[in-house]
Amino acid sequence: MNIPLVATKPARPGKVRGPRVKNKKAIAVFILPFAILFVLFYLTPILYAVYESMLVIQRDGTFGEAKEVFGGFAQYVQVFQNGPFWASIGRVLLFGIVQVPVMLGLALLFALLLDSPVLRGKRFFRLAFFVPYAVPGVIAAIMWGFLYSPNLSPFSAVTKNIDFLSADLVLWSMANVVTWVYVGYNMLIIYSSLLSISPDIYEAARLDGAGQIRMAFSIKIPLVMPAIVLTAIFSVIGTLQLLAEPQVFRTFSSAVSSTFTPNLAVYSTSAIPNVNLAAAFSVILALATFVLSFSILKFTQRKDA
Amino acid sequence: MSAVTTTSAPKQRRSKAPSPSGPKEKTLSRVGAITVMSVFTLYFLVPIWWLFVAASKDRSQFTNTNPLWFADFNLIQNIGELLAYRDGVFLKWMLNSAIYAGLGALLGTLFAGMCGYALAKYRFPGRDAIFNIVLGGVLVPATALALPLFLIFSQVNLTNTFWSVFLPSLVSPFGVYLTRIFAAESVPDELIEAARLDGSGEVRTFFTVSVKLMFPALVTVFLFQFVAIWNNFFLPLIMLRDEVLFPVTLGLYSWNSQVNQIPELRAYVLVGALLSIIPLIILFLLLQRFWRNGLGAGAVK
Repeated sequence: MNIPLVATKPARPGKVRGPRVKNKKAIAVFILPFAILFVLFYLTPILYAVYESMLVIQRDGTFGEAKEVFGGFAQYVQVFQNGPFWASIGRVLLFGIVQVPVMLGLALLFALLLDSPVLRGKRFFRLAFFVPYAVPGVIAAIMWGFLYSPNLSPFSAVTKNIDFLSADLVLWSMANVVTWVYVGYNMLIIYSSLLSISPDIYEAARLDGAGQIRMAFSIKIPLVMPAIVLTAIFSVIGTLQLLAEPQVFRTFSSAVSSTFTPNLAVYSTSAIPNVNLAAAFSVILALATFVLSFSILKFTQRKDA
Repeated sequence: MSAVTTTSAPKQRRSKAPSPSGPKEKTLSRVGAITVMSVFTLYFLVPIWWLFVAASKDRSQFTNTNPLWFADFNLIQNIGELLAYRDGVFLKWMLNSAIYAGLGALLGTLFAGMCGYALAKYRFPGRDAIFNIVLGGVLVPATALALPLFLIFSQVNLTNTFWSVFLPSLVSPFGVYLTRIFAAESVPDELIEAARLDGSGEVRTFFTVSVKLMFPALVTVFLFQFVAIWNNFFLPLIMLRDEVLFPVTLGLYSWNSQVNQIPELRAYVLVGALLSIIPLIILFLLLQRFWRNGLGAGAVK
């Protein structure tokens, strides 16, 4: 809570070790606006969610007034016994294991092609691939919902034979929507990282007789690894947070349940309302996201060392 | 390593020099590259093309004319109908989105920029602690905060207000991270020192000198934040009940979920979807010089 205070607290006379902090006032002016908002809208909600998740509703008799009392980890026991929630986690993990590598693989391929001397018309392709990123997730989902619907789709010859909104396929239809929106964005991150590689390195490789493909695998890909890691982390966060696509697809397909993804489960549980259980879901979900992205970071850093 | 191949003679100084492979292979890979990129161009653009065509059609022509080509071009008329529908609520939504995202991103960038700058340019106790906490914040997804935020806002009776969506959007931990890295590299201490000697206060120095040097990073943060707020769905979905406060994403979503009861909404959803894409495209085109340089900035460590 007192992060901004720590930053601006005058050092006590007896405890001063280093030189006194200069420009205290200016530092406070610079840091406080962000710090206050961060505490209010980032730290407090996290702490509040943890607090709420520790409470349970108790009633005096069947019709008695509802009271929130401390229940320890009672909600978490419920979370662990909640089959649909774990099914939704399993579903987004399966989604992520397939979709994230496909998307990043494509993004890397496009970035390498944009960076290679063989391709012409780079400006056009760069822009064309990036356009879907301007489409908000909800709008993209609505659009593709139409494209998948057998009677509305412009590709009805396909959609009348393959039901993209069926229970078997709907998860992958969503994967396609997410891929469609984000490939170009990830491509640009990797591409701009490729552009920052010094031409001298290519020169040296060429003198050693390396071809384009060899250069891609031995020089370019290793050097853009940090960018790929960054896109991977954001993609994993995005996968665990899937909400707009399944929420929209519920109107197109009965195969999407109200607990299809973890965020959807949070939303429908809070609407029941069981805010305590929903808060516990949120906490678990935030933890899972944090652990996953942190492990990607650590895992790849260790590989570099 | 040892032998220098024959083709790598002095002619190949330029970075565009042909690869050591023969010309035939080169044409082959050129054709391959163009084919791959063209196929995917179709994948990316056909849905948007379809949306454009569909939005230009009369309701009766929507299902019984070629879905990928125009019938009577009614786009202007359709837009007129959409804007008139229910006292122009769609325009209100677009305006809401513009305010949430435009003002939110502007203030968010300013606050993140000031904080990142202070973390980069001043030494004070707790500096690293703050940075590490903010860095942790980058990994916490905004949707995980939506429900607890709703609970807090309902305690203070602020749900279903403009502020419940606007205020949380002002926080950009990623912006602090990016501006701190950028300020450390691009704002020389000597320049701040010189401004001090000239009698400029710290805050004035920031706004007159440092902001200019940090401009590319600030534009990048603005764009990131703008897109994040413009696309945000969970927070408004959970916070807002009152239709006039909706951003355009939530508004179109609510129409789309009523299509079964009110079939005429389908046409409005399509035209609205098309219009909702335009502002971001314009913004990207206007600022592309900046985002192209800035996008990779987060990856450079």
